[in-house]
Amino acid sequence: MFAQRLMESYRKLVLAALAAGAGLLSAGFSFGPKYVLLHPAGPVAKSELHVFILALELMAIVAVIVLALFFYAIVRFRDTAGNTAPYTPNWHSHTLLEVSVWILPAILLLFIAIPTVKTTFSLAHLPKGKDPVVIDVTSLTWKWLFEYPKQHIATVNYAVIPANRPVLFELTADSPMNTFWVPQLGGMEYTMPNRVLPLWLEADKAGTYWGHSGQFSGVGFEKMFFNVKAVSQKSFQTWTTTTASAHPMTLAAYDRLLKQTTVGDSTYGNYPADTFPTLASGFSLTGSGMYMVMHDKKGISYIPMVGS
Amino acid sequence: MSLPLVDEHAQQLPLEFADEHESMKITGFWMFLVTDVLIFASLFSTYAVFHNSVAAGPTANQLFKMGPVLLETLLLLTSSFTIGLGIYAMRKGQVRALMAWTFLTILLGAGFVTTEIHDFVSFAALHATWHTSAFLSAFDILVGTHGAHVTFGIFWAVTLLFQLRKHGITERTARKIYTFSLYWHFLDIVWIFIFTFVYLNGKLG
Amino acid sequence: MPSFVPYLVHTLFPPGVLLPDILLIDFGLICAGIGVIVLLTKTRRWGWLWYDWLTTVDHKKIAILYLIASLVMLMRGGIDALMLRAQLALPTTHFMPASQYDEVFTTHGTIMVFFMGMPFIFALFNAVVPLMIGARDVAFPRLNAMSYWLFAFGAILFNISFVIGGSPNAGWTAYPPYTGLAFNPGPGENYYFLALIIAGMGTTMTGINFLVTTLKMRAPGMSLMKMPMFVWSTMVTSALILFAFPPLTVALAMSLFDRLFGSHFFTLARGGMPMMYVNLFWLFGHPEVYILIIPLFGVFSEVVATFSKKVLFGYPVMVASIVAIMFLAYGTWVHHFFTMGAGPAVNAFFGLSTMLIAIPTGVKIFNWIFTMWGGRIQTTTAMLYQMAFIPVFMVGGATGILLAVVPADYQLHNSYFLVAHFHNVLIGGTLFGLLSGLYYWWPKMFGMKLNETQGKWAFWLFLIGFWVTFLPQYLLGLKGMTRRIYTYPLGFGWHDLNVISTFGAFIMGAAFVVLVYNIVWSLLYGERDLTGDPWDGRTLEWSLPSPVPEYNFPRIPVVHDRDAWWAMKQKGQSLADLRPEDVHDVEMPKNSPIPFLLGASFFVLGFGMTFAWWPIAIIGFVGIILCLLFSGFDYDDHHHLKADVIRQTEATLGRLQG
Repeated sequence: MFAQRLMESYRKLVLAALAAGAGLLSAGFSFGPKYVLLHPAGPVAKSELHVFILALELMAIVAVIVLALFFYAIVRFRDTAGNTAPYTPNWHSHTLLEVSVWILPAILLLFIAIPTVKTTFSLAHLPKGKDPVVIDVTSLTWKWLFEYPKQHIATVNYAVIPANRPVLFELTADSPMNTFWVPQLGGMEYTMPNRVLPLWLEADKAGTYWGHSGQFSGVGFEKMFFNVKAVSQKSFQTWTTTTASAHPMTLAAYDRLLKQTTVGDSTYGNYPADTFPTLASGFSLTGSGMYMVMHDKKGISYIPMVGS
Repeated sequence: MSLPLVDEHAQQLPLEFADEHESMKITGFWMFLVTDVLIFASLFSTYAVFHNSVAAGPTANQLFKMGPVLLETLLLLTSSFTIGLGIYAMRKGQVRALMAWTFLTILLGAGFVTTEIHDFVSFAALHATWHTSAFLSAFDILVGTHGAHVTFGIFWAVTLLFQLRKHGITERTARKIYTFSLYWHFLDIVWIFIFTFVYLNGKLG
Repeated sequence: MPSFVPYLVHTLFPPGVLLPDILLIDFGLICAGIGVIVLLTKTRRWGWLWYDWLTTVDHKKIAILYLIASLVMLMRGGIDALMLRAQLALPTTHFMPASQYDEVFTTHGTIMVFFMGMPFIFALFNAVVPLMIGARDVAFPRLNAMSYWLFAFGAILFNISFVIGGSPNAGWTAYPPYTGLAFNPGPGENYYFLALIIAGMGTTMTGINFLVTTLKMRAPGMSLMKMPMFVWSTMVTSALILFAFPPLTVALAMSLFDRLFGSHFFTLARGGMPMMYVNLFWLFGHPEVYILIIPLFGVFSEVVATFSKKVLFGYPVMVASIVAIMFLAYGTWVHHFFTMGAGPAVNAFFGLSTMLIAIPTGVKIFNWIFTMWGGRIQTTTAMLYQMAFIPVFMVGGATGILLAVVPADYQLHNSYFLVAHFHNVLIGGTLFGLLSGLYYWWPKMFGMKLNETQGKWAFWLFLIGFWVTFLPQYLLGLKGMTRRIYTYPLGFGWHDLNVISTFGAFIMGAAFVVLVYNIVWSLLYGERDLTGDPWDGRTLEWSLPSPVPEYNFPRIPVVHDRDAWWAMKQKGQSLADLRPEDVHDVEMPKNSPIPFLLGASFFVLGFGMTFAWWPIAIIGFVGIILCLLFSGFDYDDHHHLKADVIRQTEATLGRLQG
């Protein structure tokens, strides 16, 4: 009796959970704007969300099949008095079943695997025909330094980018590892000392998008939020020109940034030449990238490409 | 372990395999060697990654001297041969010959370790220690781990000599000598890889 | 490195604030320690403790030692988890300071993986594998005890950091360069590296031991394809351990050398490369997660067959699938760092290899369902955990596939989605499996059943608590919350879900309390198991009385069928028809103090090295050498158990004819 009651309540519970899950799914992407991963604001984040949703839907099919079989089995084959279900204690093999449980999931996975590979490779390209803005990002304990090598300006804990134009972030660290992540623009990439990893993102409308570090790096790490402000191309130009006249960052100022502190936003008109990426002696740009990087001169210009 | 020996083949097996329980220890020792292979594989891959990370320190080509390395190779390869002869003597039940060959193995091993220490000391005189660069850190830990293995092996063999003197060749001592010889041959093979991939490659590559 | 004495003074009387909770717990530990000493002295139990437990080489007793250790560690790791959750529910207050939060999430992860999950698994290995294969002990009983004491003293070294201050604080993965001296002075990370190296040696030895045991010590007639699934999973897990732990040891040793001796493997300067550590760590770390789940696949296979009263469906396929998982486990480690710039080809390859693992895992899920199909399901507590496992693990597996989708992982890496995923598989898979195994084999280990009603209470609390805790965390991941932060601004909309999650965690905390109550109550008043076969089991361990006598089998059984004991019962045979002339003298391993002393020596060495206090380290080293020497010259490691003694024991149990 007790077991039966338990089974009943379990069934009810799981049914409720299923209903709740279905509700969530149908509410789908009317999930509020705080669900930043479901509200992409750029092509990179959009394509990442796209494969995520596709995989989620295919997984839901598997879930439905497994759960249906499972609940049918545990309800029908309970050990209760008077259960009329067939009892086959020696049934241990069924060739068709055994083969299909290998083949069918494999086929289903193909539907996930193909778009995965395609998107992975396509994200390795900067979109052709668009001239990217290059921003050199250095993670420090516990702040973010953004340097614009072409515009010769630097900011701390925020970045300004033009909308509708790809931005190539070149990531390194003069600190323990962090990850550079702006959820609404696209996925993250590590910042590592002695290596430069590239990451391209693009905002397709103006707005302020928050970013954060995803890799623990010490007691001030949870303060490593930063904002990426996407503005129109014209405002971007205005901003760079006005910023260029701000106070330049000195080496002494950089050394202060190296300290283990948290700081607010700041803006610099120029910055010392060798803060990126010659932070560590003996540094050389030989790292391959999620987005491959070639270099001609130290820390000046890199051409993203696929393969090596 | 408790079963009386009923296996007819057992009588034809070498002594170290004759007792079911001792034979199992040989299987276990092979498993241990697998883990040791993986330790060295990890160290070799570290060395492969770091071999150009010389920072401001010397490169492999500048540092390595082939003379001592060839001597070390000669000593260790010979010692592998002598322990092989020791096992041969053991199979024939000649305890004194076995002890003599083991003793010679120990001497050759000691010669290897001495030469290697001398080599490391000479590097240190050139300020080429693991404080210098990632390359030297990786070099020191790879060659050093091998050297530590050889040193441990020497002390192990010394204890085996005492056990042989006390018990003679029994199922148990035979198994112990046999596992020691496996260990020793394994170190020899690792050394050949070190010689090729570290020293030859560093000098010529 | 501060030397030890000033450090201790500094720790006990720090310039800033001494955390009152740690002081309180230290006080509690000292009181408890004194209490235990007084109790042992009053009841004259010191000899019992030493001769029966600390020096034992009996696999059944070692199993109990592992079990006690892992339950204590489950409590410690669980309290850590509740502290973390409490802080996250109160982001605007400082329930604890950031530095302590960092220590607590590090110890939570490390303890749950290395000092709770693994020893619990080894407890089950030790408790039943020799019984299942018809052996009198494991292949190397003394080595088995050494494994235990290396693990135990490694765990003590790790936990002592908490008592005297300065716990490791770099996460259970301990990525450099944050673990380097430049960013992380003090002894904290030394504890982590040394404790894991010491415990890791013990684990490696366990792997060797059980691989040889399952390969060489099976009863006559038990071919590989007649082994119970749990034995298969033991064999596969042991092989995984053999190949996984060496890279970890190397990575840990190199990190330690950087800190203690100034080498430059993973430092910022002089060409060090932190990425190398990440590769070596996950070369271990990915097989490790299969080490933590494959044994439980074995448990579930035993439990589902027993309580469905039906033979396991698709046995050869089940074997093939865990062997496939074993091989694939080594081909997926890069999926832990798709976001470290490995290039699209490498990432795509490892994404696909990860998805591939889902196939054999899915096959197992289907086969368990087909095992129940056409059976008669008895909803015991052990079976309830098995049944809860299927949907929970399926969700965990599905989110695992989502994380293997490389572009999705770029977004989900290190977010709470990931945190929810691995807790989903580790709690739904590993912990549920361990508890299922605990309820299933408890009568065999202790001679009485765990109370079923209380067990079901604990089960439902665990299951509900689990979903309430981790469903919100998936959503938090979609809201962009990253792991290991101790506070967050309120504007992101993370607070409500965190409060729900914390509530769920406390439900699981309550479940643990019920579990402990269940164990204590059952030890005192539990229903004794007089038959030795309370579940109408299928495998050989149920042919023996509970608890099992020292020599396990008075006569080694001959195996003809896969479910050997079930088949014997069907044929009306019984091991109880033992005739006096069947019983012979038995050679049994002798107890030895060496394993305990060896572990203690490693502890002294590790403790000395943690504080770079070399005289202590040298004492430990000399202790190790002495233990090895003594062990090498000790030829007197067996004793004969007389046939008469066995006959008498069996007669008392009513299992001897005539």
